[in-house]
Amino acid sequence: METKTYTISIYTENNLGLLNRISTLFVKRHINIESLTVSYSEIENVSRFVIVVNMTEVAVKKIIGQIEKQIEVIKAFYHTDDELIFTQTAMFKFRSDLLFDEPQIQNIIKENNLNIVTVNKTFFVVEKAGRQNEIDALYEKFKPFGIAQFVRSGKIAVSKEAMNIRQILNDFNK
Amino acid sequence: MSLQTEKITGAEAVVKCLIAEGAELAYGYPGGAIMPIYDELYKYQDQFHHVLTRHEQGAVHAAQGFARTSGKVGVAMATSGPGATNLITGIADAQIDSTPLVCITGQVASHLLGTDAFQETDVISISSPVTKWNYQVTKAEEIPAAIAKAFYIAKSGRPGPVVIDITKDAQQSVFDYKGYEKCTGVRSYIPAPSTKIEAVEKAAELINKAKKPMIVFGQGVILGNAEAEFKAFIEKAGIPSAWTVLGLSALPTNHPLNVGMVGMHGHYGPNKLTNECDVLIAIGMRFDDRVTGNLNTYAKQAKIVHFEIDPAEIDKNVKTDAAVLGDAKEILTKILPLIDEKSHNEWLQEFRNYDKIEYEKVIKAQLNPTKEGLTMGEVLQGINRATKDDAVIVSDVGQHQMMTVRYANFTHTRSNVTSGGLGTMGFALPAAIGAKMGAMDRHVVAVIGDGGYQMTCQELGTILQTKVPVKIVVLNNEFLGMVRQWQQLFFDKRYASTEMINPDFIKLAEAYDIKAKKVTSRADLQGAIDEMIAHKDAYFLEVCVEKEDNVFPMVPTGASVSDVRLE
Ligand SMILES: Cc1ncc(C[n+]2csc(CCOP(=O)(O)OP(=O)(O)O)c2C)c(N)n1
Repeated sequence: METKTYTISIYTENNLGLLNRISTLFVKRHINIESLTVSYSEIENVSRFVIVVNMTEVAVKKIIGQIEKQIEVIKAFYHTDDELIFTQTAMFKFRSDLLFDEPQIQNIIKENNLNIVTVNKTFFVVEKAGRQNEIDALYEKFKPFGIAQFVRSGKIAVSKEAMNIRQILNDFNK
Repeated sequence: MSLQTEKITGAEAVVKCLIAEGAELAYGYPGGAIMPIYDELYKYQDQFHHVLTRHEQGAVHAAQGFARTSGKVGVAMATSGPGATNLITGIADAQIDSTPLVCITGQVASHLLGTDAFQETDVISISSPVTKWNYQVTKAEEIPAAIAKAFYIAKSGRPGPVVIDITKDAQQSVFDYKGYEKCTGVRSYIPAPSTKIEAVEKAAELINKAKKPMIVFGQGVILGNAEAEFKAFIEKAGIPSAWTVLGLSALPTNHPLNVGMVGMHGHYGPNKLTNECDVLIAIGMRFDDRVTGNLNTYAKQAKIVHFEIDPAEIDKNVKTDAAVLGDAKEILTKILPLIDEKSHNEWLQEFRNYDKIEYEKVIKAQLNPTKEGLTMGEVLQGINRATKDDAVIVSDVGQHQMMTVRYANFTHTRSNVTSGGLGTMGFALPAAIGAKMGAMDRHVVAVIGDGGYQMTCQELGTILQTKVPVKIVVLNNEFLGMVRQWQQLFFDKRYASTEMINPDFIKLAEAYDIKAKKVTSRADLQGAIDEMIAHKDAYFLEVCVEKEDNVFPMVPTGASVSDVRLE
């Protein structure tokens, strides 16, 4: 069966240990998590997980069932990329002298509208928010000049459709 | 609930909360990190009973046995580190068999967490994949709510084990105890989805139209206290009903619609006819691979109706045509008025025809053997006779387990206690101790292989100390029989590490002051069983059975259920 990239969004109570519980559900099925982000959500005391995995739709449906079974999980959803608005952030750190020795770097920064996070005498950091392929392309462009450090965040996403978590929480309270 | 607050320690709160929750007893084993709680157990011993087992695995299995017969939540306790890790096998067993447990573990003091302190293990992480819920308490104030939530989660919906890990400082510190309030709900947790009438109607329509319907029921009927509703439903619809290992005893053995067990060592008829029925109604069961055999050839001709409390089970292994979510009792109550009154006598007769074949080829040799060697089947038949089909039978794992579920007869529900999903050898002896304490008015007979018995036979010490009158039957074939059977059938009889040189089991039992007898001939069998059942205290009976007997029918792994072999 065809595997695809799915983004799983999980609304949960804010609870120590839940991250572990959720990740073991993937480990148990020998599924590699490509990225995972946890943050607070639009609702007070409710956390939001965004997990990116590559698997079949049948398998993702089953794992959603297992995730929702966890006591502190309010609701879990899975989406394909075209059902989402999503982004990732990357940071690139360089030695400051490169800025003068390699004028091409300045051009890349301008052409890509990169945000300069910080500059000092020894190093500078630029940031790029966008899709993974854009970040990958940028990485390739910078690579010849020597990247001192690189980091990319997990994917974060909001769905085009409503998720109605408040409604679900109200229903629990009934 | 008392409105007055009292200043007490966290440890005292643990015991007060257990009493207030209505838990009667706990099984456990003390150690450094849980000593404050044991100190309170000592003070409250006239209100709360603690059973000291001989190993923490014994404690958790005993709690499981207690839960299975009593329908209440079993409680187990252990210290941190090795105490807690020794519980894990039983917790995993309870998770896969949906047994409600609350396990309380001591933990190192909170300022020592993460320092690799003496007897520190990360119990929360270790137990996460095998618990329904777990929680670490680091402050005494959290104890009442954590315990209330633990009991609620363990027993509601699809039951399961819960671990509460309590740091030593939380046990020792004093706080304002405001009384115990039972938990009645947890935001984010729906114990049982409410049953939708449209789903019930769709299922009823399929069932009413069926010409050859067949039911496979599991433990969901028992866990949902739905035995009476289940019986009313099958009787009205006239549907032949087969059980999974854990569904056994929800319907009396002699019920005319009881057509036996499905799965690997199930009966011939229900396995064969799984692939001939037109509607298969699964009730409170989860299509385990031991039940279905090869999924690609499982009931492909049939429409599948699934009554299930756990949404994650729907379509997990077998795709359904009509899923009805909810508690078994609620679903069965709602569907009953929509069901046409029917009998499917010709179809039922097909099961009975297969029964005759199975009797000739398999059962006759077990129950009326002509060979000299004793069979496991005749021992079970002897127990049936001595207890008038009305004992709680606790079995371990292996050939004797399959023989037990095949040949033991049952009249009452909650009478078959065995490790189904995990297949944990060593389960039966401690589980029988708990099973008896959960059903003091019943005969409790443990049927155990010589292999599994030696995994937890130290619990004879628990019997010695508590005087719990359990009856222990070891079926000694001097082999790890089930593995030997597979070696015979699939590994050209290469008996790698399955032959056992055993100790003198009689002396062992007698060392624990338990009356013991060994039977080697048929002539002595029934008399010995009768004596065991009549004996008022614990009793140990060793029956030396045929060494290389096999369990049939058998669906080999990977085969279709309809390719069930009789020899
Ligand atoms: C803890 C554990 N270890 C290993 C096994 C694998 N196993 C399943 S049945 C069996 C043999 C059991 O032998 P015995 O207890 O003598 O019972 P018999 O099959 O002879 O009736 C073994 C080793 C298991 N189920 N559980």
